[in-house]
Amino acid sequence: MSEIFTKSMARNIYYGGSAFFILLFLALTFDTSIALPKRDHRENITPQVAQGKVVWEVNDCVGCHTLLGEGSYYAPELGNVYKRRGGGAFIKAWIKMMPTNIPGRRKMPQFNLSEEELDALVAFLKWSSEIDTAGWPPNIEG
Amino acid sequence: MQYSSQSVAKPYFIAAIGLFVGQILFGLIMGLQYVVGDFLFPLIPFNVARMVHTNLLIVWLLFGFMGASYYLVPEESEKELHSPRLAIALFWIFLIAGALTIVGYLLVPYARLAELTGDSVLPTMGREFLEQPTITKVGIVIVILGFLYNIGMTILQGRKTVVSIVLLTGLVGLAVFFLFAFYNPENLVLDKYYWWWVVHLWVEGVWELILGAILAFVLIKVTGVDREIIEKWLYVIIAMTLITGILGTGHHYYWIGAPEYWQWWGSIFSALEPMPFFLMVIYAFTMVNKRRREHPNKAATLWALGTAVMAFLGAGVWGFLHTLSPVNYYTHGTQITAAHGHLAFYGAYVMIVLTMISYAMPMLRGRAAANSNKAQVWEMWSFWLMTVSMVFITLFLTAAGVLQVYLQRATENPLPFMVVQDKIALFYWLREIAGVIFLIGLVVYIISFFVGGESKKWKTRFDAL
Ligand code: HEC
Ligand code: HEM
Ligand code: HEM
Ligand SMILES: [Fe+2]
Repeated sequence: MSEIFTKSMARNIYYGGSAFFILLFLALTFDTSIALPKRDHRENITPQVAQGKVVWEVNDCVGCHTLLGEGSYYAPELGNVYKRRGGGAFIKAWIKMMPTNIPGRRKMPQFNLSEEELDALVAFLKWSSEIDTAGWPPNIEG
Repeated sequence: MQYSSQSVAKPYFIAAIGLFVGQILFGLIMGLQYVVGDFLFPLIPFNVARMVHTNLLIVWLLFGFMGASYYLVPEESEKELHSPRLAIALFWIFLIAGALTIVGYLLVPYARLAELTGDSVLPTMGREFLEQPTITKVGIVIVILGFLYNIGMTILQGRKTVVSIVLLTGLVGLAVFFLFAFYNPENLVLDKYYWWWVVHLWVEGVWELILGAILAFVLIKVTGVDREIIEKWLYVIIAMTLITGILGTGHHYYWIGAPEYWQWWGSIFSALEPMPFFLMVIYAFTMVNKRRREHPNKAATLWALGTAVMAFLGAGVWGFLHTLSPVNYYTHGTQITAAHGHLAFYGAYVMIVLTMISYAMPMLRGRAAANSNKAQVWEMWSFWLMTVSMVFITLFLTAAGVLQVYLQRATENPLPFMVVQDKIALFYWLREIAGVIFLIGLVVYIISFFVGGESKKWKTRFDAL
């Protein structure tokens, strides 16, 4: 780089540019937090939904599945599984049935969840399926 | 080695390499589970192997960054490290806490581990990359704070250079953004929004400052180019990093419930994120071409150039591939993501740590300026084996990803996930073969440390200045 563009100019761009974009990012974050309640329907986060999120976490479901496209790519997307499988009955039956007995097929462990935990999980997955995700996923297969 | 306290870097580098081996072994286990679904089930379920794989990666990279800092900072500051004893104590604390956590993952069901470690007091577990029990996270914070104190005191009391200040800024940023790992609201959307402040603002923000500082240090040492020139480039690169990367976070906000305007902010700014990586390639090659001396450590120069190129490919090219929101709509959370994650992490952060180890380890082991020719030849073989096989892992995952997107998301009659996975199994087998070659490369790398021969010195006294 030529002598016209000096080190101190580069440094000023670094400090000035970073400061500016940090502030802009915080402003957008602020705006997002105002817009979010309409999109995440937080009024529907009952204690049961919150408990479902805990069950989801302490069993590390995200270690095999994606949820809204984030997580692991080993097993089906679950953000819309409530809709894909037409409600909670399938989900509960499925989790109780695990693991499948098919040799060579990918396995989901048996978690020995109680009825209460299963219902909470279903409530959490139902709430998740109602988040406004800008039309994602492209189709019901996730 | 100019300062005796730099030697604390050595155990950090050795631990890093040891954990790297563990990471790859678990990668291979998962790679096989992708095609032989009941392999090691229920002994090691896939999710357990995955958290071991990714957490080992992060922990060994942190060991690498810390070792690099302990080596670099005394030399830049022209004084001994503030407290070598603290550095050694923190080394053991970090290693033991890390090992216990991994053993916990492997021996106890995850839900039981959460219970045993009191996760309900402050639930932070069960989120990707942040699977560590809350007490481990607290331990990580303590270790990083002690480390920052040690490094910070050394820098503040000694000569302040652009390289050391940028490094310190990156490390402080690493600590600050990690604090968001403790924020885990009931609302999944908020949880995800701030989760990215750890993950994205690490790898596409503050870690790039660490990367830039280490690369600048090694380039100054091996090329002898005037520090002023290198520092100017460093400022330009990190300026671009933060100008594009902070708003670039938006590329993770397209489909998680955040407002639609993030599709614009995220697409535009993240599309510019490859620029600093591209500049890094030009800069590394320009500096090596302008070199004013012939450093006898050819392997370190190869790693340094390799870092710039592979980081550009993995982060820049493979990142750009899926970062525009209309593309990401189809590729989000597929094998395309995995392909990019692998090449970017390897090219940028694995390779920069190996660059520093390559440069520093000969001196740490009391050799003149570099290993023997023979040892360097082994090391360069490992460079090519690992790098080329990682490129193939990426290509196979990309092929799998393209087919997955087509069959599951972009055709008239979309097929279910598991059906699609069956159809693309061939590419998972190929990935696994490339993974085995990667492991062979890693073994060659370790062997290179045990190859003897006469270590290389500077050709002339003038060169060593
Ligand atoms: C070790 C990996 C693993 C873990 C952990 C895991 N799953 Fe699964 N899951 C799978 C696999 C693999 C499938 C697909 C199995 C098949 O089709 O045979 C699956 C399928 C499902 C399905 C059916 C999806 C559909 O579209 O038909 C549901 C629902 C589900 N899992 C829920 C959960 C929940 C809830 C958790 C956490 C409590 C969880 N899973 C944890 C591997 C896992
Ligand atoms: C060295 C720097 C980088 C590293 C280490 C890195 C690593 C990763 C990883 C591991 C993921 C997956 C996260 C998850 O599990 O959900 C990811 C996602 C992503 N990265 Fe990067 N990345 C880097 C740079 C970039 C750049 C420069 C771009 C854009 C040009 C980019 C674009 C993306 C996008 C769009 C996703 C989301 C993928 C999805 O929707 O599933 N990355 N990155
Ligand atoms: C032998 C070579 C390797 C194999 C076979 C392998 C395999 C895997 C597999 C199967 C996954 C899980 C993908 C999923 O969620 O479904 C994974 C994830 C991951 N691996 Fe590896 N891996 C290897 C080497 C590496 C290396 C060298 C790195 C670091 C550079 C790495 C970094 C990662 C990361 C960051 C993730 C999370 C990816 C994401 O979320 O997108 N792996 N790996
Ligand atoms: Fe990102």
